Amino acid sequence: MALRDITADDIESLAVGAWVLGTGGGGNPYLSLLNMRQLYRDGRRVQLMPASDLADDDTVGVVASMGAPLVGLERLTDSLTITRAVTLIQSHVGRRFAGLMGMEIGGGNGVRPLMAAAHLGLPVIDSDTMGRAYPEAQMTSEAVGGLRPSAASVVDVRGLESIVEKVPTWKWMERIARKICVEYGSVASTCHPRNGAEVKKWGIHGTTTKAIAIGHAVRAAQRRHEDPSAAILSVAAGKLLYRGKVIDVERRATEGFLRGRARFEGVDDWRGAAMEIDFQNEWIVAWRDGEAIAMSPDLICVLDSVSGEAVGTETIRYGQRITVIALPPPDVFLSDKGLSFVGPRAFGYDLDFRSVFASSQPSPTGRGKDTAGQENRA
Amino acid sequence: MRRIGIDVGGTNTDAVLIEEGKVVRAVKAPTSEDVTGGILDALARLGQSGVLRTRRIDGVMIGTTHFVNAVVQRRSLTPVAALRLAMPASASLPPFCDWPDDLAGIVRGGVWMVEGGHEYDGRPFMPLDTVAVQRAAREMKARGLRAVAISASFSPLDSSHEKQAAEIVARELPGAAITCSSDLGRIGLLERENAGLLNAALADLARDTIAAFEKAIADSGIEAPLFITQNDGTVVEAAQAGRLPVYSFASGATNSMRGGAYLSGLQDAMVVDVGGTTTDVGQLKNGFPREANSVVKVGGVRTLFRMPDLMSIGLGGGSHVSLEPLQVGPLSVGYRLLKEGIAFGGKQLTTTDIAVAAGKLALGDRAKVAHLDAATCARVFAEARRMVEETVDRMKTEAGDVPLVAVGGGAFLVPDKLDGVARVVRVQHGDCANAVGAAIAQVSGECDQIFRDLARVEAIARAKEIAADRAAAAGADRSTLSTIETEDMPLAYLPGNSLRVRVRVVGDVAAA
Repeated sequence: MALRDITADDIESLAVGAWVLGTGGGGNPYLSLLNMRQLYRDGRRVQLMPASDLADDDTVGVVASMGAPLVGLERLTDSLTITRAVTLIQSHVGRRFAGLMGMEIGGGNGVRPLMAAAHLGLPVIDSDTMGRAYPEAQMTSEAVGGLRPSAASVVDVRGLESIVEKVPTWKWMERIARKICVEYGSVASTCHPRNGAEVKKWGIHGTTTKAIAIGHAVRAAQRRHEDPSAAILSVAAGKLLYRGKVIDVERRATEGFLRGRARFEGVDDWRGAAMEIDFQNEWIVAWRDGEAIAMSPDLICVLDSVSGEAVGTETIRYGQRITVIALPPPDVFLSDKGLSFVGPRAFGYDLDFRSVFASSQPSPTGRGKDTAGQENRA
Repeated sequence: MRRIGIDVGGTNTDAVLIEEGKVVRAVKAPTSEDVTGGILDALARLGQSGVLRTRRIDGVMIGTTHFVNAVVQRRSLTPVAALRLAMPASASLPPFCDWPDDLAGIVRGGVWMVEGGHEYDGRPFMPLDTVAVQRAAREMKARGLRAVAISASFSPLDSSHEKQAAEIVARELPGAAITCSSDLGRIGLLERENAGLLNAALADLARDTIAAFEKAIADSGIEAPLFITQNDGTVVEAAQAGRLPVYSFASGATNSMRGGAYLSGLQDAMVVDVGGTTTDVGQLKNGFPREANSVVKVGGVRTLFRMPDLMSIGLGGGSHVSLEPLQVGPLSVGYRLLKEGIAFGGKQLTTTDIAVAAGKLALGDRAKVAHLDAATCARVFAEARRMVEETVDRMKTEAGDVPLVAVGGGAFLVPDKLDGVARVVRVQHGDCANAVGAAIAQVSGECDQIFRDLARVEAIARAKEIAADRAAAAGADRSTLSTIETEDMPLAYLPGNSLRVRVRVVGDVAAA
């Protein structure tokens, strides 16, 4: 494998695909996409590198923006601040980075590593640590892998710079970095280092390529006026769960998260069948007739039925026509430890994880209701 | 009250006279190139029976698609100086960064970005760099720019930096048309700024158009204040409308819906407005169109401000019809229907020809469409029904059957029975619903901001007070104000108890 050029068209697709993988959260990648269009117009280019090309002692910068999506609408994401988060931690640890990778492929953070990479001439590693979007810093493959938090930069556009030098756990990292972020005005860029061996062992691989493929499929379907969700399922091993329209959205902000539930009424083959999906920034558990039929870490993706573009939990509204698909989760989250970080109990649900993709196995709850028939209706 | 409502559309200029809540007279005239001629013509037809001379007119309310058409057709636009107060944030996404190249090429007169703006909680983000604003204003002057759009981060929450910068610019550039993004509302810097830039670009056209309206009214001998209708179904005095033309972008469609509500007496219903080329479908809530809560593209530019939530499809009285395979629209003969339709001696089969053949319309020469048999007509009507049903279903927000008001010249394409619709209501003067909607418009005030550490009830009450003050300032009679929209949204990731509240109140125009 070798470095691959990311084209301007790939980036258009990446923005669409990252938003789908955002599973309702992660922030719309539109502003990140605008940044990348400008950087490419200015002649900058980014290359994609498989994690397998890293030497064990290479250092990789893991980048993300954090904060409130609403603040991001007024203080627009910019490529130089993310770049400074990288250069600050790079000089702090005293090692030049071999490449950059995203903390989460889902939403705007799926595009942001490219923004810093374009300025610094570094390749982007085709891996992330979530395979989607999640609301908290400890919901990563790094945390599941038992990797201790390394020093992290937290940077503001005005030149305010902080380094969270030492914390015992990812939960502590989340608490301290979040406090700094709030003082900055609830938006900040961060970067922390990881060595090549750690990235190879614990990274979730191929996710930038996957997001681009999903985006290509959606955009091609849009051009041909074909079903975009079917196009996604042709490039990603997912399942069609439901088609319907939004009949109610209930939101509440608790402990800094947007929680709530969206209710749907079925159309087409699902006429007369209701569905409800709970969210905590991202879509977490989908219910049919009081039974949980899909749950984190399976990716629950709610798409606009016509355009195939993802529908976010902040912006979903009455009357929208939606298609719900599930995509398989990264393996790292399927272990007992992985499920303890991102399984339904991590979000406060007294549910045993049961994957949409394991419906042939007996139900662990013993209720044994076979949902395979519904899932295969596509 | 006696009011004249006028709708200046792309094809027709409609006018109605409303007296004590009743439509006394409704007329149509072709829209003229210069706008004024069409209005004069319509007013002359309205006054033919002498109804305008007998008693005084309390107000003339005009709705128009003139401003939005200018953006879509890239004509009569003024180059704009963009001044953004948000540095050092957002520097990589400057004003015009997501505009279509052709439109940016016409409107972009220059871009200046200086330090300033606020945070979500009202703290200043950076102190306003007044020296840089002054320098920018001098450079604008040197370039001969006369239209300025000023934007600042979180200006809907604190507009002081925008206002301060506007004063500095006004001193340097007396007589310049200055738009502050905070006057246009919503959170979302890029989209709000885009609306401000479009608004500034329409400065000259708005001034000239309002002057033309005033001249037309005066030339027709009517002495009455002129009001311009806005996207939300309310009116502002002509001078204010001239400052904020983007608020009139979608007023034509809104007026049709409001007119439909008024003529039918229904406050909550779907409205289907079938014109010559397109059908607009929207939903009435409390007599007003539901608002779009998301980004609306105008001429390829993403904007976010008060706009009705509408869905348009290419179906109208002038829609092309092909039979094998069956297709209706989206192409249309538009205002050339009376020349190009088969029933009028033309060559293009249209939905109107089908209606004439089926005996639903008495227009043109029925003999010319005699070859269209009943089965063919039924197929075309079934297709139109399918198109309308699908669009109505997409726009509905609740499952149950709702009443539907069919208005517009092409309303014959809406059948009496539709899936998901309790009943189809047709009203007298439905073909002039847009002018009726203009005539009955009210005045509104809006508040959209974030409240911290207030109980939900208190935050909403505070927002209502602010909205009521704004409505009164815009000319509403305080005693008639009522709240027509309340929406609150808790904000994720923000500390404290942050709640974004949006409230809109409306009332009657206060007597002069």
